Amino acid sequence: MGTGPWFSWHWVTQNAGALRSAFGEHVVLTVLAVGIGLAISFPIALLGRAHPRLQTPIFGVTGLLFAIPSLALFAMLVPITGLSTTTAEIGLVSYTLLILVRNIVAALEGVPPEVRDAAEGMGLGPRRQLLTVELPLALPGIMAGIRIATVTTVGLVTVTGLIGQGGFGHLINDGLENGFRDEVVAGAVLSVAFAAVADGLLVGAQWLLTPWSHTRRRARRAQRDTDPGRRVAADGDGARTLPAAG
Amino acid sequence: MVHFLSGVATFFSTWSNWTGSNGIFHRLAQHVEISAISVAVALVVALPLAMWLGHTGRGGFAAISVANIGRALPSFAVLVVGAAWLGIGQKPALLALILLSIPPIVTNTYTGIAQVDADQKDAARGMGMTGWQVLRQVEIPSAIPLIFAGIRTATVQCVATATLAAYVGYGTLGQFINEGLANSLNGHVELFCGALLVVVLALVAEVGLAGVQRACTPRGLRLHGRVAPAFAEDALVVPAVQ
Repeated sequence: MGTGPWFSWHWVTQNAGALRSAFGEHVVLTVLAVGIGLAISFPIALLGRAHPRLQTPIFGVTGLLFAIPSLALFAMLVPITGLSTTTAEIGLVSYTLLILVRNIVAALEGVPPEVRDAAEGMGLGPRRQLLTVELPLALPGIMAGIRIATVTTVGLVTVTGLIGQGGFGHLINDGLENGFRDEVVAGAVLSVAFAAVADGLLVGAQWLLTPWSHTRRRARRAQRDTDPGRRVAADGDGARTLPAAG
Repeated sequence: MVHFLSGVATFFSTWSNWTGSNGIFHRLAQHVEISAISVAVALVVALPLAMWLGHTGRGGFAAISVANIGRALPSFAVLVVGAAWLGIGQKPALLALILLSIPPIVTNTYTGIAQVDADQKDAARGMGMTGWQVLRQVEIPSAIPLIFAGIRTATVQCVATATLAAYVGYGTLGQFINEGLANSLNGHVELFCGALLVVVLALVAEVGLAGVQRACTPRGLRLHGRVAPAFAEDALVVPAVQ
């Protein structure tokens, strides 16, 4: 299949408009899928944590959904929802569930029991405990799940090109049908690049959302820098001048 | 709806839909064959490499990077770029399936071998075992659940990607979906039946291999109704959907 160059600037400049709309579509499909996926996964994960016996069926069902090939899932939905964004989203969302539910449950279960005891001892009710203590501590694990779900979804969006959606997948499909190598390569490269950028943005978001993870490092560095002060501290009185390690 | 369902029933009860080079049997055989060959090739390449990396503790970064790249690479794109390079037919399909099977096997095997308890390995060495014996008698048995999880992921992924291979001219079960989508007037029945066959095949592979995995896991290592932790190292082990 295919002739012509693997890459041409001419094609890129000629099709800047199409590239922009493909990018927009890719972003919308991805963000919607991960957003809706999170909104569904969260209550399911909380349920699974509250009732560990439910975890086996929850992971069984989401695991089976995960094993269904994407094209087949989209195809089964076409007779019902047509060649629409809805069809694409149902499929894309269902693939995020296993990843997100698993990571949210594991991240919440990873919160040290002492911390939970302390929160309870301070008189926090279950809701405030969840929102102000457990969720912040579970954030790195939850963010790991969101990153995996996002990168996976970006790749899967290309398959929806076969049901008339697709973002950059539309370029791949069009290039395949018309035998244009440069269009296929552009679609593939841009999709991978978008996955990398989205992952990077999420790493940045996590950094901003968990300020304590880097202030702690800064505090440790400050402590090391004021090392002579530590000797003073050994005398007793200077202990208060030391920066807090936490 | 009734009309549609009776169409589905007619599709499956018509014998000519099962036979011939465009029939269900032939396409199913092609689908299973290419998936099996790809996983077998990937195993030959990936298993020894990953075991060696895990045993020596070297190359962890590489093993993890391979997994992340594997997840970010859209299989559809790999197939179509392969077809643009090698021409349509079996070749691009094989290339894509093999390439996509390697990362889950490498990462899971590496993680499984590398995370074996250091005390166990020290004890084995203290008993006078050679490096090869430690690998064979201590590390591999402990890593079996993860190694199998990798093989299972790779296989399910191959079955999924083989569906897409219909678009680069290789007649798997995905061809029914391809034809159904191309026929916008009466294609829905064929589309749905093709998808149904693929789903059944994928679930049989998933559930069957889960059973094999359980049967091969040494009894002491079986987790009873516990969720495996899903992040930290295990985040790598989450498969890519295709």
